[in-house]
Amino acid sequence: MSNDAAHAHDDHSHGHPTGIMRWLTTTNHKDIGSLYMWFAGFMFLVAGTMALVIRAELFQPGLQFVHPDFFNQMTTLHGLIMVFGVIMPAWSGFANWQIPLMIGAPDMAFPRLNNWGFWVLPVAAFLLILSLFMPGGAVAGGWTMYPPLFIQGGISYDMTIFAVHILGASSIMGSINIITTILNMRAPGMTLMKMPLFVWTWLITAYLLIATVPVLAGAVTMLLTDRNFDTHFFNAAGGGDPVMFQHIFWFFGHPEVYILILPAFGVVSQIIPTFARKPLFGYASMVYATASIALLSFIVWAHHMFTVGMPAAAQLFFMYSTMLIAVPTGVKVFNWVATMWKGSMTFETPMLFAVAFVCLFTIGGFSGLVCAMTPVDIQIHDTYYVVAHFHYVLVSGALFSIIAGIYYWLPKWTGHMYDEKLGKLHFWMSVISMNITFFPMHFLGLAGMPRRYADYALQFAEFNAIASVGAFLFGFSQLIFLVVILKAIKGGQKATDQVWEGADGLEWTVPSPAPYHTFETAPVVK
Amino acid sequence: MDTPSNRVLLKKLIVVTIGMFGFGYAMVPFYYKICEVTGINAGDDQVLAKNTQVDASRTITLELDANVDAKLPWKFEPVQKSVTMHPGEMVQVLYDVQNLADHEITGQAIPSYGPQLAGQYVKKIECFCFTGQTLKAGEKRQMPVVLVLEPTLPKDVNTVTLSYTFFVQPGSDKAAAGKTAKEVHG
Repeated sequence: MSNDAAHAHDDHSHGHPTGIMRWLTTTNHKDIGSLYMWFAGFMFLVAGTMALVIRAELFQPGLQFVHPDFFNQMTTLHGLIMVFGVIMPAWSGFANWQIPLMIGAPDMAFPRLNNWGFWVLPVAAFLLILSLFMPGGAVAGGWTMYPPLFIQGGISYDMTIFAVHILGASSIMGSINIITTILNMRAPGMTLMKMPLFVWTWLITAYLLIATVPVLAGAVTMLLTDRNFDTHFFNAAGGGDPVMFQHIFWFFGHPEVYILILPAFGVVSQIIPTFARKPLFGYASMVYATASIALLSFIVWAHHMFTVGMPAAAQLFFMYSTMLIAVPTGVKVFNWVATMWKGSMTFETPMLFAVAFVCLFTIGGFSGLVCAMTPVDIQIHDTYYVVAHFHYVLVSGALFSIIAGIYYWLPKWTGHMYDEKLGKLHFWMSVISMNITFFPMHFLGLAGMPRRYADYALQFAEFNAIASVGAFLFGFSQLIFLVVILKAIKGGQKATDQVWEGADGLEWTVPSPAPYHTFETAPVVK
Repeated sequence: MDTPSNRVLLKKLIVVTIGMFGFGYAMVPFYYKICEVTGINAGDDQVLAKNTQVDASRTITLELDANVDAKLPWKFEPVQKSVTMHPGEMVQVLYDVQNLADHEITGQAIPSYGPQLAGQYVKKIECFCFTGQTLKAGEKRQMPVVLVLEPTLPKDVNTVTLSYTFFVQPGSDKAAAGKTAKEVHG
């Protein structure tokens, strides 16, 4: 331990390794944050390309471009990578960059654990992508990994299970680090109820992660032993029960969707006050609402599986508990609107994305309430209505807030203002094409189009064509974002320390770009 | 940064993580217990749905009879002399058979019914009479018949007799070959 400390000390007096070794061995929270962001960005392009394969095939009815089995591999990998390889690493990137800066800590609590937590990710990504080239192709049983399909496939299924283990281990390492950093390393005077909301939402997210990711690890371990070691957890022929997998998976899976969205709530709660030039309305209620969403997330899982057969009493319980989540979520939406109310608002790109988040995430929330109603859900289960719902909360929810957060903190990270014109172009292209892509899916689902098929009945042709056009527009619009980021890294208008006129918080007190080491002497928060 | 308080918290969080991994496995017995208590997912009850073809208003006595041809040194008798059943209900009855000879013989059971017209209403799902039965010297065996009496069985029939007679299967009894085979054919 004393060795580690001595080493860390060496690092900043004599510089650090250069080239690839700088990134492989780095324990600096800003370096690791950047690595996470680049990893997420790269995987976003990979999984986004898969989405475009899906939409190209669905542009017209009939089979045009790919074999149905490859189509299923695309839907499965798109889902797995977007959840575990894009949204989650992106939030870890934000956590690494921002949490120490926002609470006045010099670095994360366990810098070496942090390094390890990141560098196992590319291994998992490599396994997932490599599985595409295995005999039989990649996994094609859906991202939820349901047996019996998932205990029947070839070697790529084992590779995917191993990849999920690795991704889970990375999340757990990250979470332990984040909880310890937040609880033990805040600057003097930074009480819990003075923490920026982004830090609060990440603290709660990290608790959700260590409570549920091990359960996922257990579930996929059971799949693995069912496949290779003759256990029969889910094999009906051996006395197991495939429905049980769904219970265990969704016990993880529902908290997981809040893991993806709670940091988004945090980012939006930072951005809206900045550009409304007013403090966040109802700070305490925001904290309590986040905590109640997290607690409720543990008792609603079976609403993902209303059709597997359960007693009416259980259906009612899961329906009402699910609807209850609308209350704390509603508190948040009203608080954001109240923050903007009578504010001196300006609409720079981060604010545009944040406002779009509030509107579009609410649409996704409402379609979630529709899905929560058991009798309705039995009709729309596994249709495009559900696809529309979760893309509204994940694309215009989680992804838009990630983009908003990047625009918001990019000047602090790079020291340069991004190109506002291109940023606005990126915003309008994204928000319009996103709605062109996903809004028609509501109609498709209500009309009965099932998800996860390479072909569809003729009456769905028009809306599918519209959705595919939107998807390609959305996909290529993201290249604008890449250009904006690269331009800001290379140069541009020098950013001030505060960057935004209405910005408030410790991260805006350090120079832009943030120096390699910050808050080595803790600031005092009044 | 690697302070003692961080170490303590690290250990606590690792314990939570391991505990939750165990919780995932604990959900397995918990799941089966819930299914048992609530009565859902009780596989057999669901699969063997209630048979609506059973005519519970009628009860038929099925009398079981067993005979052996004089050429065949076997002992053959039903486990129960008779059973009662409803038309449409599936029942299983058992017969005991033993080879008293000192060599292997294959026998073939031939059924007959009383009254004779009842025969067309007896539907056998499983019967030892479907194939020849080979018994080693002194071998003893219990053999099932699974059958359903069709609900269309005439109303005046209250008792059905099911009778089997075992014959030597031609050519199977090496010791008594020739004459036995000829006689069975005759």
